[in-house]
Amino acid sequence: MSDEAREAVGDYRFGFHDPENATIRFDKGLSEQVVRDISALKNEPEWMTDLRVKAYHHFEKREMPSWGNCSELENIDFDNVTYFLRSSDATEKDWDDVPDDIKNTFDRLGIPEAEQKWLGGVTAQYESEAVYHSVREDLEEQGVLFLDMDSGLKEHPELVKKFFGSVIPHTDNKFAALNTAVWSGGSFIYVPKNVEVEMPVQAYFRINAKNMGQFERTLIIVDEGSTLHYVEGCTAPTYSTDSLHSAVVELIAMKGAKIRYSTIQNWSANVYNLVTKRGVAHENAVIEWVDGNIGSKLTMKYPAVLLKGEGAHAEVISVAYAGAGQHQDAGAKVHHLAPNTTSSILSKSISKNGGRSSYRGILQVTPRAHGCRSKVVCDALMLDSESRSDTYPTMEVGNSTADLEHEASVSKVSGDQLFYLMSRGFSEEEAMGLIVNGFFEPFTRELPMEYAVELNKLLELEMEGSIG
Amino acid sequence: MSDEILRVENLHVSVDDTRILNGLNLTINRGEIHVVMGRNGAGKSTLASVIMGHPAFEVTEGAIFYMGTNIEEMSVFERARAGMFLSFQYPAVIPGVQVGTFLKKSVQSVRDEELKGRAFRKELNAAMATLEMQKSVLSRYVNDGFSGGEKKRLEILQMLLLKPTLALLDETDSGLDIDALRIVAKGINSVAPEAGCLIITHYQRLLDHVEPHFVHVIIDGVIAESGGPELALKLEKQGYEWLENPAEA
Repeated sequence: MSDEAREAVGDYRFGFHDPENATIRFDKGLSEQVVRDISALKNEPEWMTDLRVKAYHHFEKREMPSWGNCSELENIDFDNVTYFLRSSDATEKDWDDVPDDIKNTFDRLGIPEAEQKWLGGVTAQYESEAVYHSVREDLEEQGVLFLDMDSGLKEHPELVKKFFGSVIPHTDNKFAALNTAVWSGGSFIYVPKNVEVEMPVQAYFRINAKNMGQFERTLIIVDEGSTLHYVEGCTAPTYSTDSLHSAVVELIAMKGAKIRYSTIQNWSANVYNLVTKRGVAHENAVIEWVDGNIGSKLTMKYPAVLLKGEGAHAEVISVAYAGAGQHQDAGAKVHHLAPNTTSSILSKSISKNGGRSSYRGILQVTPRAHGCRSKVVCDALMLDSESRSDTYPTMEVGNSTADLEHEASVSKVSGDQLFYLMSRGFSEEEAMGLIVNGFFEPFTRELPMEYAVELNKLLELEMEGSIG
Repeated sequence: MSDEILRVENLHVSVDDTRILNGLNLTINRGEIHVVMGRNGAGKSTLASVIMGHPAFEVTEGAIFYMGTNIEEMSVFERARAGMFLSFQYPAVIPGVQVGTFLKKSVQSVRDEELKGRAFRKELNAAMATLEMQKSVLSRYVNDGFSGGEKKRLEILQMLLLKPTLALLDETDSGLDIDALRIVAKGINSVAPEAGCLIITHYQRLLDHVEPHFVHVIIDGVIAESGGPELALKLEKQGYEWLENPAEA
């Protein structure tokens, strides 16, 4: 990013925007016709159109969540959102074929470079649809399907029909209904039996237009004995008016499969980020959510795992950083539905300059799920006294054989730590950055190296120029 | 004037309206090792902290000169970057930050240079060998789960890497076994010839390994007595009473 651009967008590094060159743009606002038009434009099968319409009507009558940041949710103006915007007529396989202005954006975000170095496949979504997509040949040869969701529906309708909405039905919540009605883009992945996908695959979501709504839909099915690591990144420009991001992500881990889903959400501070993420883990399967929330105005996101098969394991590691004007309402939900299932939840949050971070979690053990073990650890770090941190843990335990641990802590940066670090030559901001990076380290070490380095830089930038 | 590094003039210091130092004077020249002794609460640690710029202490009168400049306006990290170093009595724990990363960043900040990976690694290895430290310490988190001896050794390692012009050592010898004491002394002796050293201690035993030029005793926030190494021996035998109540002695 040029200095000029940096100056223009303040301290949010990805806040630059390109001219909006849409080839198709829907009028703002939502109606059954808009929903039908989106479906018609994509030449979808009738069942999908019907599902969209059904979901739209459910969205219309469904109430807002009665928890979380209710007053902020009321500020969302659904009539002032563009629900579909096509910026390129095709999904390209070569970066050189992607329109220059869009390619430029992803270059600035470093995606093509990362792809060459360490990714097994990439989807880049700009506004509503994928503009670039590629997957390594060796993965294709092994029968791995990695497509954008629109292509997935076209090319593998039977798989999509079987699993779409099977983990998160449109009746799940208001935003899942909205997503089902107007979804566009996202990733579709199927890994056949006994394939170990060694390099992570990545999707990058970028909102560029003002008042844009991005509603990607991701469906990942990993068949018996296979493994996959999926990485998701997101950014948007800084506008004075708000954008809405409301994704649905469904994961299915068959017997003995392992899925790790890593996200660094770094939306600009004018994006409502209201996402439903849930996975089903069958017998001895493992689902891991590695979930970082740095950006957005309001995030409400609670990656969930249904432990449906005996011996399945869930792992949720999340961090949240809430700066001025931000509320990160994040957490995890784990449902122990089968015997001898295990889970571990680690949540770390930082609030600064009046930001607010909340941990909201559900841990459920059903009566038939005997012999379960779970550990929940929530740590909050407050960088000043005007910031806020809350914890809302819920436990529903249906039998007495469960072995559950819950630890929570709230701490402040101590004067001793600052004095110590400053006596070693670190400015106050650098010292804060070091303490913050250290606090998030249990999360960062789970990330691919390139992401970890990037995240640390990002957090150091957040510490700059804000200590008075 | 000789090669003056530190000059403390008529220093009065308070914390939360409690007076701790009451007109203390001290001058340290390059190559000199000064030892400060005194009872608990006499103001020894305060002296070290206030020289380093701890924000909790208020200088109400007098001044501190470092390399001839009044450092009143300098913040802690500026003092560090100017070559001042404090070995802490109780070093802070920094969870999640690896010792190796911390050392490299710290050395970079203080010396204001981009360190070449290999050159730094070589320097680090040499310093760690001097202090008989295990490599495994580099991947641990700063002072997290360290024993008292390990913490003090890490302090001295930092001192060797930062090559201070003024080294303040606050009870670095407390809680060390004989081997650790010998090693810490080795570290101090390797820095001392080029620097000014201020060593705060309760015990004479460190002075079997480090030979001080001056020994001072703080009583009620001022230096009540100064002498050579023999003063430390006398204090070890007789305690502080003869200084506090000279009439009765």
